[in-house]
Amino acid sequence: MLSSIRVKSFCNGSAVFRRLQSTLVIAEHNNDALAPITRNTLTAASKIGGDISVLVVGENCSKAAAEASKLPGVSKVLLADGGSFKGLLPESITPLVVATQNQFNFSHIIAGASAFGKALLPRIAAKLDVSPVTDVVEIKSPDTFVRTIYAGNAVLTLKAKDKIKVVTVRGTSFPPAEGNGDAKTEAAPTGDFNAPGTTFVSQELAKSDRPELTAAKIVISGGRGMKSGDNFQLLYTLADKMGAAVGASRAAVDAGFVANDLQVGQTGKIVAPELYIAVGISGAIQHLAGMKDSKTIVAINKDPEAPIFQVADYGLVADLFKAVPELTEKI
Amino acid sequence: MARVLVGVKRVIDYAVKIRVKPDKSGVVTDGVKHSMNPFDEIAVEEAVRMKEKKIASEIIAVSCGPAQSQETLRTALAMGVDRGIHVEIAPGDLNTIQPIHISKILAKVATDEKADIVIVGKQAIDDDSNQTAQMTAAFLDCPQGTFASKVEVNGKELTITREIDGGLETVKVNLPAVLSADLRLNEPRYATLPNIMKAKKKPIKKVTPKDLGVDVSPRIEIVSVEDPPVRQAGAIVPDVDTLVQKLKEKGHA
Repeated sequence: MLSSIRVKSFCNGSAVFRRLQSTLVIAEHNNDALAPITRNTLTAASKIGGDISVLVVGENCSKAAAEASKLPGVSKVLLADGGSFKGLLPESITPLVVATQNQFNFSHIIAGASAFGKALLPRIAAKLDVSPVTDVVEIKSPDTFVRTIYAGNAVLTLKAKDKIKVVTVRGTSFPPAEGNGDAKTEAAPTGDFNAPGTTFVSQELAKSDRPELTAAKIVISGGRGMKSGDNFQLLYTLADKMGAAVGASRAAVDAGFVANDLQVGQTGKIVAPELYIAVGISGAIQHLAGMKDSKTIVAINKDPEAPIFQVADYGLVADLFKAVPELTEKI
Repeated sequence: MARVLVGVKRVIDYAVKIRVKPDKSGVVTDGVKHSMNPFDEIAVEEAVRMKEKKIASEIIAVSCGPAQSQETLRTALAMGVDRGIHVEIAPGDLNTIQPIHISKILAKVATDEKADIVIVGKQAIDDDSNQTAQMTAAFLDCPQGTFASKVEVNGKELTITREIDGGLETVKVNLPAVLSADLRLNEPRYATLPNIMKAKKKPIKKVTPKDLGVDVSPRIEIVSVEDPPVRQAGAIVPDVDTLVQKLKEKGHA
């Protein structure tokens, strides 16, 4: 009798365990549309296996939720729409996610490793008392992840021992999820999700008609060799002709040539386009960390000793002020 | 006036080309130049500027790590920090110590020291985690101002400009709060020789995670640390025409 009870409870336990293999993807969006990295994150979620739910949280975000419900492979969309989520503050989203976790017991909570995901997920992990895993480039199994350390100069494979896995994924390492789905939308748990000590004031987003840096197929970046912000016009002209995004090295950003959000590197954006053209960039370790997974790398630099040539598929040793206009004309 | 706690980490110097150990257990750290994590220098500088503006009354630097972390604390003291706390991590725990442990330690020290502002760098350049500020704020249940490029103090309120993907964002937070420093926050000063000498007399208290009641048992198991794939060496092209031709062949243009 006793043994049969044991067997029974063991079976229940394993059924619960199977059910626990479920993932919550936290969607990134601007209320009207999903950010492209959400689709990359969904692909990563599908590699974990099991059920996928998507949380859309924001203020007036029904359009984004509608788009999320059409994502492939999603079983349900949880919608939390309210004024307390203005500015998507981690201080207000965290208690919502914890409440959602308490109700549904996900095995994994994941988001893209963007500024949004990086600010939010560790706070959630701390509240759940688990060690988060950041900027994952590969998922080997539900508990084994691959990430880079030391500016991409070493590859760490780790096994997460915590029961709940809180993970951010590198968008460029997972292709965007394609196809259509038809998930039902339900309300996320409700509660007091105001952030008492934090107030969102404003956002100033750089406006550009060019493709978004992290999702662009071609990226053209300028470095210190551009000499001034005005000279970046040379790159904009080439970028517009090629349908490319424009990026920059830290040196170019620090010198004030372009805005900070264009920085490619260890501490800026990580890009992996089909084609990366580095113009007047020497190729410091910290810059390479942000672009060395690009399919084809082209370097234009007048210094033949520049380290960028060690990773470039095609290097052109030339004065960029002559080479870039010529390239623009001929391409 | 605010009391400020700064977290500083001893890491392999940013200019060093790291080497992976042949047994794939980690990277070679013995005999390799170490220095203060560059983002933490920015955090220290911001704290010192707060003191110079008479916003901060006292600055305490905390470093969690091996015995050599005291050198990192001395650097912070030479930059203008008042005193240091070294939380000594046993050699056996160094490989599996994670931001979650460090955050619990920082939160405990911040509470004990009645800190109003905790500043850390946005990420350490060794593990590249970018977690500690967020987790410390969570453990303290207080606001977080991550990736800060500008911090203004108005009494018990901070106005923080944050670097986000599309540009900049401004938030206001009440104290106590945790900040993480982005590159653009400031230009850290060099410690002058007289200040380095003076720093030798400033106190450093040594404690262990156990003293603080923080459990540092591993949350992860390191499976392997390997070299990244090496890119095939490319070719130097003689002129723009050849470059255009190569790009066309590859279907890029």
